[in-house]
Amino acid sequence: MEPFVVHKGKVAGLDRANVDTDQIIPKQFLKRIERTGFGQFLFYDWRYIDENKPNPDFELNRPENAGATILVANENFGCGSSREHAPWALLDYGFRAIIAPSFADIFYNNCLKNSLLPIKLAKEDVEYLLKKAEAADYELTISLEEQAVYDEEGFRRTFEIDPYRKQLLLKGWDEIDLTFVYEPYIVEYEKSRP
Amino acid sequence: MAPKTIVEKIWEEHVVYREEGKPDLLYIDLHLIHEVTSPQAFEGLRQKGRKVRRPDLTFATMDHNVPTVNRFVIEDEVAKNQMTALERNCREFGIPLADLNSPEQGIVHVIGPELGLTQPGMTIVCGDSHTSTHGAFGALAFGIGTSEVEHVLATQTLWQHRPKTMQVNVTGKLTPGVSAKDVILAIIRKFGVDFGTGYVLEFTGDVIRNMSMEERMTICNMSIEAGARAGLVSPDEVTFEYLRGRKYAPKGEAFEKAVEKWRQLRTDEGAVYDQVVEIDGSEIAPTVTWGTTPGMSIAIDETIPFPEQFATETEQKAARLALQYMGLTPGTPITEVAVQHVFIGSCTNSRLSDLREAARIVKGKKVAPGVRALVVPGSQQVKKQAEEEGLAQIFIDAGFEWRDSGCSMCLSMNPDVVPEGERCASTSNRNFEGRQGKGARTHLVSPAMAAAAAIYGHFVDVRTLQKEAVR
Repeated sequence: MEPFVVHKGKVAGLDRANVDTDQIIPKQFLKRIERTGFGQFLFYDWRYIDENKPNPDFELNRPENAGATILVANENFGCGSSREHAPWALLDYGFRAIIAPSFADIFYNNCLKNSLLPIKLAKEDVEYLLKKAEAADYELTISLEEQAVYDEEGFRRTFEIDPYRKQLLLKGWDEIDLTFVYEPYIVEYEKSRP
Repeated sequence: MAPKTIVEKIWEEHVVYREEGKPDLLYIDLHLIHEVTSPQAFEGLRQKGRKVRRPDLTFATMDHNVPTVNRFVIEDEVAKNQMTALERNCREFGIPLADLNSPEQGIVHVIGPELGLTQPGMTIVCGDSHTSTHGAFGALAFGIGTSEVEHVLATQTLWQHRPKTMQVNVTGKLTPGVSAKDVILAIIRKFGVDFGTGYVLEFTGDVIRNMSMEERMTICNMSIEAGARAGLVSPDEVTFEYLRGRKYAPKGEAFEKAVEKWRQLRTDEGAVYDQVVEIDGSEIAPTVTWGTTPGMSIAIDETIPFPEQFATETEQKAARLALQYMGLTPGTPITEVAVQHVFIGSCTNSRLSDLREAARIVKGKKVAPGVRALVVPGSQQVKKQAEEEGLAQIFIDAGFEWRDSGCSMCLSMNPDVVPEGERCASTSNRNFEGRQGKGARTHLVSPAMAAAAAIYGHFVDVRTLQKEAVR
C-alpha cells in the first residue's frame, strides 16, 4: 500500500447525500479482474450523457474541478454495495482523500485499505468547504500525522482516525504481512475450535 | 457474569488476539466467495506466494454475472472471463465451488442457509454487502471489500473493532397482506438509510419472533440499506428446525449438542444496547419506494411526496433529484403509477416462500399487456422445488418468464436489464439510480406486491385483493 503522510491538493465539491457505490462505479465495469484502470469509469452515468459525451452539468466535469485530488461530499458517502472497485476508481481518477460528514462503514474500510483517506468533518465544516470548492484553485492540505485539514486562509480542523489504521497508512504497511506475526495465536485459537 | 447481548457473546467467542489500542483480531468461521469481488484477492495471494489458510471454511459460487436463460452460453466475454477465473482460483486453492453445473448453485446468500453452511453463532463474511442476510440465524455476518477477502483467504481472520449494538424492536402483529419486506422498508423509512452506521442491529419483538427463517432473512438482508453492516435475530426453535437435516449442518447427536449451545445465543436480561429503536408492526402497510434510496418509500395508500415536505435542505434537494430521475409528479397516488417490468428475485426475496406468496396472487390470472415479468429463483434448488410444487407452471401460465437462478435484474450485471426510462416493480433491495440499467426506474416492493403489479400493470394494494379473494 502507498503510504499516506501529507497531501496538498485541489478540492472538488459534490454536494449530494447518500452517494452510493453504484454511482461511483456502475456495475457494468465490475467485470474486470484487475485493480487498476477504473478511473475512466468513475461516476460514469453522471459523468457522461451517452457513450463518452461528457455531461457539462456534472460537478466533476466543471473546468474549475479539473485536476482535483480532494473530494468533498455530503452525508453517508459510499453507501450500498461493498465493491472495492469504488475506492479503486476514485484513486485511479486522481483522488487521494474524501471529506464528508459521514461515510458508509464498508466503503470507509475499503478506502483505508487503499490509502484513499476518508475524513469525517462536522456538517457545517463540510458545507463551508463545499462553498469554498466552488472557486477554482481552492486547495487544502491534509496531514495524517497531525490528523488535520487546513487551508492557507486560516481554516483548520482536526479529524479522528483509528490509531492502528493511521499507523498502517503512515507506513504503507501490508496488513497481511503484519497479521502473519500473530499466526501462533491463530494456530492456538484453531485448536480450541470445535 | 455481566449480562451480554448476543453480539457480544459471538464476538468474545471469536477473539484470537486482543491488545490495547488495536482492533481485535477476529476469527472467521465461514467465508463465502463469488466471481465479482474475489479475482483481485486471489491475484494478490498469487503475487505474494500465499496460500488459502482454510479452504475447508471457504465456499464459492457464481451468481452476479450468470445468465438466467441459456446459462451456459455466456456472450459477455468479460463476464465469462470472471467466471473462468473463479473456477481456476477454486481449483488452484482447493476451494469447494457450486458452479453453473451444480444443482446447488444459486445466489450466495440463498445457498449458504439452504445448504446449512450458515449456522447460529458463526462469524460469516463475504465480499458482498448483503452478507447481513445470514444474521437471520443468529450469526454475525457482514460484507467486506476485496482487500479484506484477501486477508481472510490468507489468515482466516480480520482486524475489527467491536461494533456498537442497536435493538430494533418490532412490536405488535402484522396485518394480512403485510410482509417482511414491508417491515424492513418501513423501518428504513422511519429511521433513515444510515441510522445503522457503526452498529450491528438486533431485530427483536413479536413480529420478528413470529416470522419464518425466510422472512427473517429478508429483514436481515436489508440491514445494510439502513447503514448497518450486520443485522441479526437470536436463534430459536424456528431456526433449529430449519437447519435440521441440511447438508452441512451437524447430524444426529452432534446436532442436538449444537442446539444446546445455540440456545445460549440470546441477549441476556439486563444487557445494555448502545441504542434502542422501536416500531409498531400493526401500523405497517404494504410499501413501495418512490425515489432513489430505499428510505424514499410510501405506503400503498399514499401519494408521491412533495420535496417541500422534507425537513432539511439536503433532503429536499435529494427528493427533487429523485423525482426527476423517477419521472414522478408529487401528489400522484402510487396506485396510479404504471410499470413495464416486474422482477421477482434477488437475495432479498427469491426463496420458496417468496415465490409461493407471489404465485398466490398470480394463480389463474394473466400478466397485463405491455408488462414484461420475470421470476428468477434464488437457487437451482429453489427452482426445482418450485417446479415440483407447481408454482413454476402458475407463473408460466400467467405469462411470466421462468428463469435459472442468479442475481439477475437486482443489479443487472448479466443480460437482464431494464431499459432507460422504463419502470420496474422489483423485489430486490436497491432502487439506486442506474441499478437495474442506465436510466431504469426501480420501485422496491414485496413479492406479493410485485406479482399484483404484474397482473394489473400498476401498483395495487394487495390487502384489497385478499379481501376480494375471501369474498
